[in-house]
Amino acid sequence: MTTQTKPEEAPAAAAGDSFLSVRDLKVHFSTEGGVVKAVDGLSFDLERGKTLGIVGESGSGKSVTNLAVLGLHDRRKTAIDGSITLDGQELTDASEKQLEKLRGKKMAMIFQDALTALSPYYTVGRQIAEPFMKHNGASKKDARVRAIDLLQKVGIPHPHKRVDDYPHQFSGGMRQRAMIAMALSCNPDLLIADEPTTALDVTVQAQILDLLKDLQQEFGSAIIMITHDLGVVGNMADDIMVMYAGRAVERGTVREVLKSPQHPYTWGLLSSMPNLTSDVDEPLMPIPGSPPSLMNPPSGCAFHPRCGFTDLVSGERCSGERPTLPNGRAAACHLTGDQRQQVFIEKIQPRLG
Amino acid sequence: MPDQEPYEPERAIAGTGMGGTMDLGASEAITLEQPPGPDGADPRDKPRSLWSDAWHDLRRNPVFIISALVILFLIVISLWPSLIASGSPLKCDLAKAQEGSQAGHPFGFNGQGCDVYTRTVYGARTSVAVGILATLGVAVLGSVLGGLAGFFGGGGDAILSRITDVFFAIPVVLGGLVLLSVITSNTIWPVIGFIVLLGWPQISRIARGSVITAKQNDYVQAARALGASNSRLLLRHIAPNAVAPVIVVATIALGTYISLEATLSFLGVGLKPPSVSWGIDISSAAPYVRNAPHALLWPSGALAITVLAFIMLGDAVRDALDPKLR
Repeated sequence: MTTQTKPEEAPAAAAGDSFLSVRDLKVHFSTEGGVVKAVDGLSFDLERGKTLGIVGESGSGKSVTNLAVLGLHDRRKTAIDGSITLDGQELTDASEKQLEKLRGKKMAMIFQDALTALSPYYTVGRQIAEPFMKHNGASKKDARVRAIDLLQKVGIPHPHKRVDDYPHQFSGGMRQRAMIAMALSCNPDLLIADEPTTALDVTVQAQILDLLKDLQQEFGSAIIMITHDLGVVGNMADDIMVMYAGRAVERGTVREVLKSPQHPYTWGLLSSMPNLTSDVDEPLMPIPGSPPSLMNPPSGCAFHPRCGFTDLVSGERCSGERPTLPNGRAAACHLTGDQRQQVFIEKIQPRLG
Repeated sequence: MPDQEPYEPERAIAGTGMGGTMDLGASEAITLEQPPGPDGADPRDKPRSLWSDAWHDLRRNPVFIISALVILFLIVISLWPSLIASGSPLKCDLAKAQEGSQAGHPFGFNGQGCDVYTRTVYGARTSVAVGILATLGVAVLGSVLGGLAGFFGGGGDAILSRITDVFFAIPVVLGGLVLLSVITSNTIWPVIGFIVLLGWPQISRIARGSVITAKQNDYVQAARALGASNSRLLLRHIAPNAVAPVIVVATIALGTYISLEATLSFLGVGLKPPSVSWGIDISSAAPYVRNAPHALLWPSGALAITVLAFIMLGDAVRDALDPKLR
């Protein structure tokens, strides 16, 4: 691995320039069965006011990356390596007390399942007010006004009455809005949304995404949007990072990644999505095989056992050598640029319609 | 929640009719105006909390009402025994030893010539005091230790779990004979201390288990992600989950603690004469059971009714707090 990590280390010089900068992040869990390499050498940057979409299948390390940013991992069982800087402050070696001050104020998270992420024992208003009181030292009365104001912003009707409702008196969409209001209570600079719309139906989904966009314009927050729904990132994100087996395999702007994807895994993700314009009899193309074990990842390129294009690469490079992800718009694959272009135009694009 | 969305407008309209009140009553009033769900479910049942649900069940449970009345009566006479017994439990006349029921002395006299009725009434104080204080001690110590162990886990948790195993292995009566026989103080405190010492592991296990379950809730993680400290997480978000099972087990255990006090006093290591306790009276009446059965019967009966009342109360509370039984 000594030579292969070099290009990933290269951007380290630029670390700290961006608002959020993650460099060569490794998150390893020790379990009874061995070490799980949930995130294994990940680097990315995010600027204020921008949205980064992180896409990948279950177990690709999307959520773990963000738990590590917030410092919510179990410290006893987790080894973190690399660097995470938020607005110039290093987070990997910050104390629990320092992180507590940052969480909610500087960085906040919207959880996937608002049904379970709101405490059944307290009113919605109180849960929204809590971080505001903690971080700003606001009085109960001010915090309540703030909660009503936020409920109004996220589009809850009659916020001055609903503020005293319990979560079970809210519908699913309203609960997700309340979650967002909770995360926004201190105007965080970084908002991490972990599949914020997965539990919602499509119409509510669209409303929530619009809401997030509006709020981003108003507060100028940076947003990390974790999802496996390419439709959601296409709608929301400025940049996309595709993750596979704990590493980034492709990176670029939304347009680049969705219109001219370069990595076989991204091709697979896109071909397995139904398309409105294509023939109804056209079968969807799932990615063959199953996600790799993170305890014992495949040698070389982690995707090679499931990749249909390994025979285009000469020798045993796919199974023997780990491809690197260069800076900027790039994909971590041994196929040459021309080969990718050719395969994409001939085999993949027709299917995407 | 698929059936909730369509009602939003109606709920909102119903809501505007209400004043800006914030108490629980207002939210209940709002939901009363909700139309019934299409599946026939009564929407009024929805917004009630676990506690109000439990209270709703308990009020209609005859077992709860009877046991609560018995316990209320016991508490009143342990606070003011002179309300129903005029004499002193220590005023004895050997000339009347073992005499049966007579005017002014409905329960007769015991082997020492003391009035059984007065002694039975005064004995309630010991039993109720030991039961309630020991249960409070056990519940507080057990839930604090178990809660902390469950929340922080790791080495402290492992050590605590092994300690509870050790305490579980101590036979209660044997432990009492050994530990209490060296204590000379003739108050209820050594007995309470002993019960707390042996009782806390039971509550501690339950509290530890519920805290471990509760800390995995998403809303605990969500609160942490918004900057809540450990103490805040424990007190605000985890404790409400762990309280219900602790209350249930503690109420049931209360009855057994009362009989444990009587057992220890019977064996001569709990309270000793001249203290007044049902256990002492049962013990002193036992040798003369053929000549004066009434001296044994009344304190034993009072003990049995008291223990039964507390255990029945615990049962009723458990049924009411366990949603799975509903």
